[in-house]
Amino acid sequence: MILTRQTPTRTSRATLILTGLLGFLICTIIFSIGIGAVKIEPLQVLGILARAIGLDLGIAFESQQEAVMLIIRLPRVLLGILVGAALALSGAVMQGLFRNPLADPGLIGVSSGAALAAVAMIVLGVTVFNANNLLALPVAAFAGGLATTLLVYRVLSQNGRVMVGTMLLAGIAIAALSGAATGLLTFVATDAQLRSITFWSLGSLGGATWETLGVAAPFLVLTLLIMLRFSRALNAFTLGEAEAGHLGVDVERIKLAAIVVTALAVGAAVSVVGIIGFVGLIVPHLLRISLGADHRFLLPGCILLGSSLLLCADLIARTIVAPAELPIGIVTALLGAPFFLWMLIKSRQVGA
Amino acid sequence: MKNRVLAVFSSLALVSLALAQTVTVTDAEGKQISISDTSRVLTLGGPVTEIVFALGQGEKVIATDTSSYFPAAVGALPKVGYQRSLSSEGIVAQKPSLILTTTEAGPPAAIKQLRETGITTLILAADPSVQGAKNKIIAIGKVFGVQPRAEALARGIDLDLAQAKAYFTQIKKKPKVLFVYARGAGTLLASGTGSAADGMIKLAGAVNAITGYEGYKPLTSEAVVAAAPDAVLFLTDGLKSIGGVEGALKLPGIALTPAGKNKRIVDMDDLYTLSFGPRLGKAVIDLTFLLHPELKRPSGL
Repeated sequence: MILTRQTPTRTSRATLILTGLLGFLICTIIFSIGIGAVKIEPLQVLGILARAIGLDLGIAFESQQEAVMLIIRLPRVLLGILVGAALALSGAVMQGLFRNPLADPGLIGVSSGAALAAVAMIVLGVTVFNANNLLALPVAAFAGGLATTLLVYRVLSQNGRVMVGTMLLAGIAIAALSGAATGLLTFVATDAQLRSITFWSLGSLGGATWETLGVAAPFLVLTLLIMLRFSRALNAFTLGEAEAGHLGVDVERIKLAAIVVTALAVGAAVSVVGIIGFVGLIVPHLLRISLGADHRFLLPGCILLGSSLLLCADLIARTIVAPAELPIGIVTALLGAPFFLWMLIKSRQVGA
Repeated sequence: MKNRVLAVFSSLALVSLALAQTVTVTDAEGKQISISDTSRVLTLGGPVTEIVFALGQGEKVIATDTSSYFPAAVGALPKVGYQRSLSSEGIVAQKPSLILTTTEAGPPAAIKQLRETGITTLILAADPSVQGAKNKIIAIGKVFGVQPRAEALARGIDLDLAQAKAYFTQIKKKPKVLFVYARGAGTLLASGTGSAADGMIKLAGAVNAITGYEGYKPLTSEAVVAAAPDAVLFLTDGLKSIGGVEGALKLPGIALTPAGKNKRIVDMDDLYTLSFGPRLGKAVIDLTFLLHPELKRPSGL
């Protein structure tokens, strides 16, 4: 296809950048596992991993380091990789689908719906589930996110066609609505409840356990794999919906599939770590500058850069006020928002 | 003679055995928690920290949370964040042999992670009541093997409460008290029934001016006027945040109440007033005299 043909230099440049991103991710993973309130040297990381699978490399480490790495940090890093990848990739898919650079995964209502469901459960004390079950809230959040997306979709699709432009506006309205409902619940919440609400509205990887990872990982991995397959269709979409149709893309089917899969991915992410802003918005932008708009490179790039940036943000969140911890959403917004503004100013200068 | 020496030695041996022995304490869920090492204790929550220090075990505390600011000695200890938003890793890094806390500590995921790392964690019922305070003191006494001291501390609370009662029963009319939780003039919450503040007001021989709801609700000027309190009680930091007594008198509605007209605006420290810890009895005595200005406080009490 004409659309996806690239000059060899362009392709090799993209491959080079992707390899660089992979290297960056590996470095971030090693640092993320090693750095924290309890320090673990890179060699000790290897030693502990080897011990976990029954090998003794003769590297000395304390049992406290082993416990921290295997029980607290490893699930946290793995969850960070998956969530960062899911948020960035969903952002790229949404931006490609809506042909709007301001689109982000929150647009289809999934994150605000999920947070609202979680907050409602905390404040109204819905005890349908066992209160001690750590999975009750994530399940409620996931259901809330999907339900909201379904609502947005039903309201805006006519005869099986999705009005993409209207959906952007609907996303803003839905966000305002659930923001108001969350505000109302915050108003009546107690001190303890407010603390739990902070977790949902600002996000944290601190709750990562093997159990939560085991529940969220299948959704996240599966949706990541499916989203990678949208690259050719999204390339066609850059020309416009009608043109994509002429090129043989089943436009309505792709739109529906993309919305459902992003809702699943973001819903799963929000349900275990709360709302983490800016990753889904900024990562695709950053990559478009260096990689160009070809989704065949952009999408894998989002997985690599999204996960490394989220791990970096988490590293900052859990070390900057150690031994306490900042909500990660504060870090991503503090770094992301100024960066986004700088990017806007720069692109305007280029445009003029 | 020889037998007596033997007896002394064997009883000494028994004592040292008891010191090294594992104690079993029942936690808030009714589970039996075995505790053998109290050499490095991490306390989370103001009242728990206070109790450990009140039982003379303060030197075993290696770190606390930000809600623990009494006694002054805890100021020098590392703080692992606020007890309701803990991070497990920061706690593990302090290498505690025992974590002592209440059901107020969270989030649940952090507590779960701590338990999984194998650190002995004793979670007592938060229960802001007289019985709750005594239960915590007795349980913590058991943890450190200082039961007699814990029982004396718990008895002291009862004695103080009885003393406060002996004073306030001299006054026939119970004052109506409005408790306001303030964090700046924009955040004013009035306590209804069932809160720790409500409990303290009752213990000090007064009545809560608001009985229409449970817990805290935002303060409205009309509700204040309708409640017609004889005194308004603030936490010291809260009163400061709205500009002291002057600021409190300017709050909408307050000036129209008996409390406003008689300038009966009083304040007490946060932890001291609301934590239901080892100083509960003393706090109730102080509050009794604050809320009953007719009573003359004898020197030495």
